[in-house]
Amino acid sequence: MDKILEVKDLHVDFDTYNGTVHAIRGVSFHLNAGETLAIVGESGSGKSITVRSILQLLASNATISKGEILYHGDDLLQKSEKEMNNIRGNKISMIFQDPMTSLDPTMTIGKQVAEPLLIHNNVSKKDAMKRAEEVLRLVGIPNPAARMKDYPHQFSGGQRQRIVIAIAIVDYPEILIADEPTTALDVTVQAEIIDLLRELQQKIGTAIIFITHDLGVVAGIADRVAVMYAGRFVEYGSVEDIFYNPQHPYTWGLLDSMPTLDTNEDARLNSIPGTPPNLLDPPKGDAFAPRNAYAMQIDEEQQPPFFKVSKNHFAATWLLHPDAPKVTPPAAILNRFKKFEQLGGNAK
Amino acid sequence: MEQIPQIPKEKFKLVHDENNAEQEKISTPSLTYMQDVRRRLFKNKVAVVCLTLLSIIVLISIFAPVIAPHDPNAQQVTLSNLPPKLGNLNIPGMNGYQNMGGKMVDAYKQAGAPKGTSFILGTDYLGRDLLSRIIYGTRLSLVVAVLATLVDLLIGVPYGIVSGWKGGKTDTFMQRIVEIVSSIPNLIVVILMMIVLKPGLTSIVIAIAITGWVTMARLVRAQTFQLKEQEYILAARTLGEPSMKIATKHLIPNLSSTIIIQTMFTIPNAIFFEAFLSFIGIGIPAPNASLGTLLSDGQKAFRFLPYQMWAPAIILSIIMIATNLLGDGLRDAFDPQSSDH
Amino acid sequence: MTKYILKRILYLFLTLFIIASLTFFLMKMLPGTPFSNQNRMSADQLKIVKAQYGLDQSVGVQYVRYMVGLLHGNLGTSFQFNNEPVTALIGQRLAPSMQIGAQAMIVGTVFGILLGAVAAIRKNTWVDTLATFISILGLSIPSFVLAVLLQFYLAYKWKIYPVALWDNFQSSILPTLALSALPLGTVARFMRTEMVDVMSSDYIELAKSKGNSSWRVVAKHALRNSLIPVVTIIGPMAVSVMTGSMVVENIFSIPGIGEQFVKSITTNDYPTIMGLTIFYSFLLIIVYLIVDILYGLIDPRIRLGNGGKE
Repeated sequence: MDKILEVKDLHVDFDTYNGTVHAIRGVSFHLNAGETLAIVGESGSGKSITVRSILQLLASNATISKGEILYHGDDLLQKSEKEMNNIRGNKISMIFQDPMTSLDPTMTIGKQVAEPLLIHNNVSKKDAMKRAEEVLRLVGIPNPAARMKDYPHQFSGGQRQRIVIAIAIVDYPEILIADEPTTALDVTVQAEIIDLLRELQQKIGTAIIFITHDLGVVAGIADRVAVMYAGRFVEYGSVEDIFYNPQHPYTWGLLDSMPTLDTNEDARLNSIPGTPPNLLDPPKGDAFAPRNAYAMQIDEEQQPPFFKVSKNHFAATWLLHPDAPKVTPPAAILNRFKKFEQLGGNAK
Repeated sequence: MEQIPQIPKEKFKLVHDENNAEQEKISTPSLTYMQDVRRRLFKNKVAVVCLTLLSIIVLISIFAPVIAPHDPNAQQVTLSNLPPKLGNLNIPGMNGYQNMGGKMVDAYKQAGAPKGTSFILGTDYLGRDLLSRIIYGTRLSLVVAVLATLVDLLIGVPYGIVSGWKGGKTDTFMQRIVEIVSSIPNLIVVILMMIVLKPGLTSIVIAIAITGWVTMARLVRAQTFQLKEQEYILAARTLGEPSMKIATKHLIPNLSSTIIIQTMFTIPNAIFFEAFLSFIGIGIPAPNASLGTLLSDGQKAFRFLPYQMWAPAIILSIIMIATNLLGDGLRDAFDPQSSDH
Repeated sequence: MTKYILKRILYLFLTLFIIASLTFFLMKMLPGTPFSNQNRMSADQLKIVKAQYGLDQSVGVQYVRYMVGLLHGNLGTSFQFNNEPVTALIGQRLAPSMQIGAQAMIVGTVFGILLGAVAAIRKNTWVDTLATFISILGLSIPSFVLAVLLQFYLAYKWKIYPVALWDNFQSSILPTLALSALPLGTVARFMRTEMVDVMSSDYIELAKSKGNSSWRVVAKHALRNSLIPVVTIIGPMAVSVMTGSMVVENIFSIPGIGEQFVKSITTNDYPTIMGLTIFYSFLLIIVYLIVDILYGLIDPRIRLGNGGKE
C-alpha cells in the first residue's frame, strides 16, 4: 500500500483573548492511496483543525507550532503560499460541513464548479464549463445543462452539498477531505451523500479523510478509524478493530452512547460524564482521565504512549500496560468483544 | 510501536470510582456577561482613552460655573478680538501677540487691557472670554444631546418593544408609521420644526427627537422579535409570567447592548444637528453659546482670527470622534464576534 | 418585481402627499405674515399683496389650490427673489448642487470602498488602524468645519484653489472634498464590516480551498459579495450630502439650491421653503427607490425570488 500522506507530531496553537489554546497536541497518522480514513471525536476535539492544517486553511490566529505534513514525502508546511495554491483544489480538496453557507451566493454554480479547472489547468472557459456540466451530472444534479446558470439559493440543501462535492472532485484530487459533510443534512439525505462519496471514490480512486462526530456514519464508509480526544488521537485501527475490539475507555464511552441494532427497546444509552478539558492549560497526563471511570494514578501524571493491540491497531491508554490491573469494560463493549471473536478476531 | 515504559506498580491503582460530582465541574472560570463586557471594554485602549476624554468633558460641563474663568456673556467691547494669552508665560501663539501689518504687536497692550489681564483662548468680537464661552457652549451642546437621547429612549424603546412583542397587525400598523416617518428626510423635518417653533433649546430637542426615535425603535423591534423566540422567554411565557415582568426581567437586560450602542450613535448625531442648526442661524439664539454658534461666529472671523474657530472645532470633533469610537468599543465589547475573528 | 416597483411608486406619492400637506399646514401655523420683515406697508398695500398671492382666502381653499398646483408641477411663487416661481429658482440653481453632490458621492463611495476593502483585507494591522482612523475622522468632523478649514488653508493661505467662486471644475474641488468626507467615512466603515464578515464566511474558505490566490479570492468572491450591501447605504448618504451641501454651498458661495434654502429660511420666504422642502423630499425618495430597485437587480437572491430566507 502506498502512503500518500503522512502527518507527524502535529501541534497547533491558537492565540485567544484568554491565552494560548493548545488545540492539537501531537497528532500523527498516515493515509494510503484510495482508502478512507475516518477521524471521530466530539466537537472541539480538534479533528477539523487537524485536516485544515493539511491545506493550511486555519484561522489567522492559529499557528502550526510543530510537526510535519508529508505529501508524497514533501513537507507541505515548508511550501510557499503559491505552491500550496497549486495543491489546493487540485491534488487535495475539501468538502465543508454546511452546504447552505459554503457556496458563493452571487456566482452561478456552473462558474463555481468550473473555477478549480480554470485555476489549475490550462483550459478554455468553454471546456471548463463543459467539464463542470459532466461533473454535476456525475454527482446527481438533474438536468445540469440547464441548471449551470442557476444560483445556490435555487437548490435544496442536499443538492447544494452535491454541488460542493462536484467542486471538490472536478479536478480529480488524490485526496478528498470531507469535514462533517453530512452533519447539516437530513438523515435521509445523509445516506445519499455517503453513497455518492463511496461511488465517486470507486470511480475516480481518490483517498478520503472523513471527519465526523457520528460513529454510525463511519461504519458505512471508512476503512480505518481514528478516535480523537482533546487534541490527540487516543486509538486508531481498522473499522472492525474500533467497533468490536475497542481498547481506550473513551472509545468505549463513545460506542456505549451509540444505539445499535442489538440495543433493545428499553435499554438506556449511556453518556460520558463531564466535559472535555480546557486546552488553555492541557492536563499533564491522559486528558480523558478526569472523566474516565477506569482512571489510574499514572493517568493523571503521564501521558500514555500508544500500545500496539494488533498489526494496525493502537491505543493510547495505560490500561494496556502489562502492569495495569485487569478491568471489566461496560457490558455493551463486552458484547462487541464477543462479536469480534465470532468474526475471527482475538479480543482481549 | 514504542518501548513499553517502566512504571512503578503502585501507580496502576484505579482512582476515582464514584466522585461523579467533580466530573461535572466546568474547568474554565465563569464570568457573568456584564463582567465579561467590562473586561473586554477596558482591554480596548482606544475605548478607554475616549471614555476618559468624554468623562473629563462631561465633568467640566457639569461644573462649568465653577471652572469657567469669566461670565460667558459678559461683554467688554474694548477688549474685543484679543488673541490667546496664557498668563505671563511667553509661549508663541499663546502670548497675546498678533500679526498686524507684518509686525508682531502685543494686542493686549494696544487694546489698553489692564496689566495682568489674560484670556487663555482669547476673546471674541464682543470681548467675551472664549474659554468660558466654549465651556458653557459644550455644556449646552451636551444638554441638547442628552435630552434628545432621553426622548429617543423614552419613545423609541417602548415603541420598539411593543411593536416587536405584539407582532401581527399591531406590528404591521406600527411599522407603517415608522416607514412613513423615516422616508421623510429628517433634516427637513428638523428645519421645518425649527422654523415653526421658537428657536431655543426645547425646540432643538423636539426637532431632533421627532425623527430620531425611529432608528432606535427599529433596532429594538428587530431585537425583541428575535428574543421573543428564545427558549427562556418562551419558558417564562408558558409559566404564565405577566408581560410587564417579562419585559423588565428578560427583555430589557437583553436589549441593553443594542440600546447602549445605539445611544452612543445618537449623541454625536444630536450634537451635529445642534451645531448645524446654530451654524445656519436657526439654532440656539444669541447671546447663549453652543458649539454651533461658536463655530458660526468663528467662521465669520476665521480668515483673520483663526483661533476663534479652531478651539470650538477641535472640541466638537473630539466629542464626535470619542463618542463614535466609544460606540465601536462598546459594540465590540458586547459582541466580540463583530470585530474579533 | 414589477409589482413591487409599482407598489413603491404608489408609496412615493403617498409620502409626498403627506410631506406636502404637513409642510403646508406647518407654514400656515406660523405667527405673523411673511411680509413683516419687509419694508413697512400700508394696510391697503398689504391687502393688494395678499390678494396677489392668494393669501386672502381661507386656509382650505389655499390648501386645495396649492395641492392642485403641485400636481401641475407648480411649487408656488417666491415672496422674495423677484417674485420668481419656485420651480424657476430651482431650475437655475439645480446644476451646481447636482454637480458637487454627485462628485462628492462618487469620490466618497469609490475611496470609501477602497479604504474599507484594504482595511478588511489587512485586518488588525497598522493599515487597518490607519484606515479606521481616517473613516472615523470623515464621520466625525462636520462638513462645514472641514469646508472652512479647506477654504482657509488650500484656498486663502496656499492659494491652490479659488476661495469662493463658481465657474469651472477647479472651483468645485474644495466643496466636493468637504462634502465627500462623510460618505467616505460611512462607506469605508460599512465596507470593512461587510468584508470582514464575508472574508470569514464558509464560501470564502471554500474559494481558498479551490486554490484561488488571495487576491483572486478577494476579486472574484469577496468584493462582489461585500459590495452588494453597500448599495443600501447610498440613500442615507445622499441625505447627509444634501445636509452638508446647505452649509458648504454657503461657505463657498455656490449658487445652488442648498444656499437658496438657507437664504429662504433666514428671510422667511415661506413659498420657497415649502417648494424646496417638497423638492428635496422628492429627490431623496427617488434616490431611495432607485437604490432599492438597483439592489434587487444586482442581488440574484432577490432578483430571482426566493430571497431573504437565509
